[in-house]
Amino acid sequence: MLSCHIKNVRNGYPFLIEVVKVSEHEADFDPDFLKHIFPRINWPAFLQGAVSLGCREGLPEEANESMLEDEGFLKRFHHALLEVFLEEGSLVCPETGRKFPVSKGIPNMLLNEDEC
Amino acid sequence: MSELAVAEIKHTHWDSNVYEPSDDTFLLVDVLQGYARKWESSKPRCCLELGCGSGFVITSLALLLRQLSTPVRAQLLAIDHSPAAAEATARTLRSHQVEDVEVVITSLFGPLLERLQGCVDVLLFNPPYVPTPDEEVERGGIASAWAGGWKGRRVIDRVLPLLPKLLSPSGELFMVTVTENEPQGIIDEMKVHGFQGRIAGQRQADEETLSIVHLWREASST
Repeated sequence: MLSCHIKNVRNGYPFLIEVVKVSEHEADFDPDFLKHIFPRINWPAFLQGAVSLGCREGLPEEANESMLEDEGFLKRFHHALLEVFLEEGSLVCPETGRKFPVSKGIPNMLLNEDEC
Repeated sequence: MSELAVAEIKHTHWDSNVYEPSDDTFLLVDVLQGYARKWESSKPRCCLELGCGSGFVITSLALLLRQLSTPVRAQLLAIDHSPAAAEATARTLRSHQVEDVEVVITSLFGPLLERLQGCVDVLLFNPPYVPTPDEEVERGGIASAWAGGWKGRRVIDRVLPLLPKLLSPSGELFMVTVTENEPQGIIDEMKVHGFQGRIAGQRQADEETLSIVHLWREASST
């Protein structure tokens, strides 16, 4: 859901992800929630993130709402969306290369004075 | 109907750099606790707390949504500009076995503003509301948890104009205020932007009268 907010950056989305450590934990499978959130997902950006986090397996190049009827797809979408986390690493602005550190799973998106 | 459980203070973390849960925090959570069953029908899917501090409020929200007769699964976000607060929130969430809240360090909505447009169903905000000289608002440190500048409105007045953009059609705001912030005035001002409002809770604390402002869009019902 993050996009780069440095002043004058036009193409600040999606962030590139530099991984130091990924963590996984199980989350309850809730098809209703997945169906609700799907329209808000930018699929190419999501896929790019999943590739970086090593959980792309089984996710199609393109996705549309009809796939939400397929339990297999939902399970893989659920896993990549809700069970895999960037624990340590960076989010990198695709335009400027500015890195935002992620530590203990928390991204620090604060800007320097000359950036806002 | 039994009362729904909220976060426990003994499992809540903070230190000298993080705002300690106080009367304002508890009033906000009491209001949410009383209101929560309405979410069984409205089913909020994206909830965000601005200025999460110790994490007591967002943890309570996550727990409340879980306990509804049909549990509501939502995207939950907690944001604070203080790294110490973000870390305290993450610890408080963990102590309550809440794993579905994402914590982000940023000033106001920062990098989330663009992608969250029209998405936020529930926005929680316990702003720095204490009237102070304006300089104190920018002083940083723990003062930024309470220093609100002129009428205590400096930060509040930066957030209110973002509501029409951020909130979903059924989106609502719960915000802590004190009398000096002119809560009824805030409700009246937001009418122009298509919002209805009410004072959802009130409490006399040591030196301040606290009110929770609840705003929602004109067309939808409470």
